[in-house]
Amino acid sequence: MRKRESSEHVVEVATPEFEKTAQKKEARRGLLMALPSYLYLILFFVIPLAIVLIYSFATRNRFGGTDLSGWNVESYERIAEPIVRTILFRSLWLAILTTVICLVIAYPFAYYLSTRKPAIRNVMLVFVMIPFWTNFLVRNYAWRVILGNDGPFTKVTEFFGLGTHELLFSQKAVVLGLVYGYLPFMILPLYAAIERIDGQLLEASRDLYGNGWQSFKNVLLPLSMPGVIAGSILVFVPSLGAYVTPEVLGGAKTTLLGSYIVTQFLTARNWPFGAALSFVLMAVMLLMTIIYFRKGGRTL
Amino acid sequence: MSNAVEPRGLSKVGLQINGWLVYLFFYAPIVLLVIFSFSESRNVGKWGGFTLSWYEQFIDSSNARNALENSIKIAIVVTIISVILGTMSALALERFTFKGKRVFDALLYLPIIIPDVTMAVMLLLFFGEFFEILDNLFGLQLRKGFWSISISHIAFNISFVSVVVRARLAGMSTDLEEAAVDLYASRWKAFRHVTFPQILPGIAGGALLAMTLSLDDVVITQFVAGPGWTTLPVYVFGLIRKGVTPLINSISVIMLVSSMLLVGLSLLAERTRRGG
Repeated sequence: MRKRESSEHVVEVATPEFEKTAQKKEARRGLLMALPSYLYLILFFVIPLAIVLIYSFATRNRFGGTDLSGWNVESYERIAEPIVRTILFRSLWLAILTTVICLVIAYPFAYYLSTRKPAIRNVMLVFVMIPFWTNFLVRNYAWRVILGNDGPFTKVTEFFGLGTHELLFSQKAVVLGLVYGYLPFMILPLYAAIERIDGQLLEASRDLYGNGWQSFKNVLLPLSMPGVIAGSILVFVPSLGAYVTPEVLGGAKTTLLGSYIVTQFLTARNWPFGAALSFVLMAVMLLMTIIYFRKGGRTL
Repeated sequence: MSNAVEPRGLSKVGLQINGWLVYLFFYAPIVLLVIFSFSESRNVGKWGGFTLSWYEQFIDSSNARNALENSIKIAIVVTIISVILGTMSALALERFTFKGKRVFDALLYLPIIIPDVTMAVMLLLFFGEFFEILDNLFGLQLRKGFWSISISHIAFNISFVSVVVRARLAGMSTDLEEAAVDLYASRWKAFRHVTFPQILPGIAGGALLAMTLSLDDVVITQFVAGPGWTTLPVYVFGLIRKGVTPLINSISVIMLVSSMLLVGLSLLAERTRRGG
């Protein structure tokens, strides 16, 4: 140690003691670098999370405020109520529907992408990335314009003699908005997974007289499964907690979990119940993510 | 796929059609929105002759301009702080071992995984309690606004920046850094002249991601914004909920163009990285 202080440029002898102090010094350095973010996240993430948990066991008083006393699990029990259950199942159903539609559109697209020449493929990828980066609210709003009264959508359906369809403010419109918003989340991990597959394996399956369907089912699909799981979770998770899309494209009959939680805070003023709901939502997402990492997926 | 099976016949046609439909699906709404933002008709989805009046209305609207200004101010502060904190945590996690590393690693993933709505609720309750404590202890009367929004955006952006920078660091061998240290460079010098230039594209990518996410956020901002102090997306969201107007078309197009500019910049940065 003393050697180092006296002169920077003397080669130190790697004694066990020296190694140990050097290691300690490195560990301290690492901790020091992580510390600002660590403290930041504890103050502005962990503590807020704890507050939500505490609130979820509190009681709502007559004035719409929250009494931090008389702890109970009523807010959690309310989740079993029919109205809440309906919203819960509706959110779940729409999120699953969105995920499946994205998968059906994205899989052939990702496969097609992986068979293109690298130069073309890169251009194609850029054009998938652009919507991925553009403002989500604006992209949902664009559909509001298209589906709106006397808008382009009506023009198209009338042109084909299908008559006027009221799509806006329905569940269909919400699913459409969600698919539009999250499709890139499905394409990118799927592409990453399919691109990695050795094409010779597919050729071999064809050589062995497998037909297209068989080589898809027995070779391509199993090998691309990590991408399927990753993409599905990346689409399912935000769809389940969606708030902006149902607000912009949905109507009164399409309240989803995200909007319902917001209502508890901004209008119904039942904070304990809102806190309980958001905690449950978070738990579901965490569970899904753990499953994702367990399956060895780490594509994104 | 290096030597992919080129699809043939019917499946090839099907894949091609699907490909074109996907792009049509992605871009038709965006193109239509841009077209209608120049339409004179009061109906947002109807063409009624060319006009720039909705853009003029945006410029004349002090509410919209203020909101835009707020958004930009917040995005700049958020980007700078998140990039510094995110890069430091990425370096700590990829290059050092320290006590509590695994907990920190897991904690850093949480803001990415957690639903927007939950995070919004968390921060709403937090600032409520926090401001009350400050008021009781010091008589400090704080209001939600610039700092509450910035703090909230940084809280999720540290994680996004660190993920992007870590991806860059993970793909980099430590040989050069070690060589620099062997050649008597101090740790700081090795970082400054060897590591930093190499991870710069990662940092730039993280900065653009942080800026985009800050400029896009609606849900969390809506919960932590104060009365009369809001950002552009939250302002637009409020307008949409009241009913659509052509003014929203023009603001949307401005937001669209600015985020596309950001993507363009990031792609350009990527190019120069590959070229260099």
